[in-house]
Amino acid sequence: MLHEQELKTFVEGTTNFFEVAAQQAASIGSPYLLEGTPAVHEYTGVINISGKREGVVFFTAPKAMLTVLLMKMQENDFSHETMRDLVGEVANTISGNARRDFGREFVISVPSVLSGEKPAIPQKPGLRSFIIPINWRSHSAKLVVSLT
Amino acid sequence: MNARRPMKLMIVDDSNIMRRRIERSQQFEELQLVGTAGNGLEAIELFKRTDPDVVTMDLTMPRMDGIECIGRLVALKPEVRILVISALADKATAVEAMEKGANGFLNKPFTDRQLNEAFAELMR
Repeated sequence: MLHEQELKTFVEGTTNFFEVAAQQAASIGSPYLLEGTPAVHEYTGVINISGKREGVVFFTAPKAMLTVLLMKMQENDFSHETMRDLVGEVANTISGNARRDFGREFVISVPSVLSGEKPAIPQKPGLRSFIIPINWRSHSAKLVVSLT
Repeated sequence: MNARRPMKLMIVDDSNIMRRRIERSQQFEELQLVGTAGNGLEAIELFKRTDPDVVTMDLTMPRMDGIECIGRLVALKPEVRILVISALADKATAVEAMEKGANGFLNKPFTDRQLNEAFAELMR
């Protein structure tokens, strides 16, 4: 279960990603707890966490948001593969940055990416998820953190 | 930029977006890209074929991670200059990478300016 300060680490990591990579700040909504599996957007980058903590961190976003994000990153390839690459990279960056506070025992996997209408999100039974809403330009996405 | 002898650059990252970003954003005319790789094993093969002088290295990659790859590359060419570009932000990982033979460490996400400052420091 995440403590408030730990949740703050992920909020700050998300804020930092948009400020630096997209050069445009995102508005982060109030995080909330969710029982069960969260709804996801078209593309979801999943990082499995092991070591001192276990669980998953995932970033899920609609194609329209990812397209604009790619434009802001001066990318000119908007293919399905590039969208998958991007959600994985966002999830990887935010999770990796969290090691600044969690330390190296917070072991992150390479990203796996889910896309499609109803992808199966891997979740540890009994774990609740913190949802961090992300509003950027006119788009909404979320970071989901589900850790022991 | 001062004119310097050409230096061969290899970019290693499992993200195509990041590989293109690094290639596009670096502003050193003397750096000539000789190839890119998506994991440590590919990097070693490419390294043997192209003999780069400068390498950017991601750490979290499939098949072989960046920490192991750094050690292998330095064993092949001790004078190679390696800039780690990784999301992993804990100090212990940076120290381990430097102990394996990396010469610089840049955290993702990064600005173009931060990238070029890191390259400048690496090639000093």
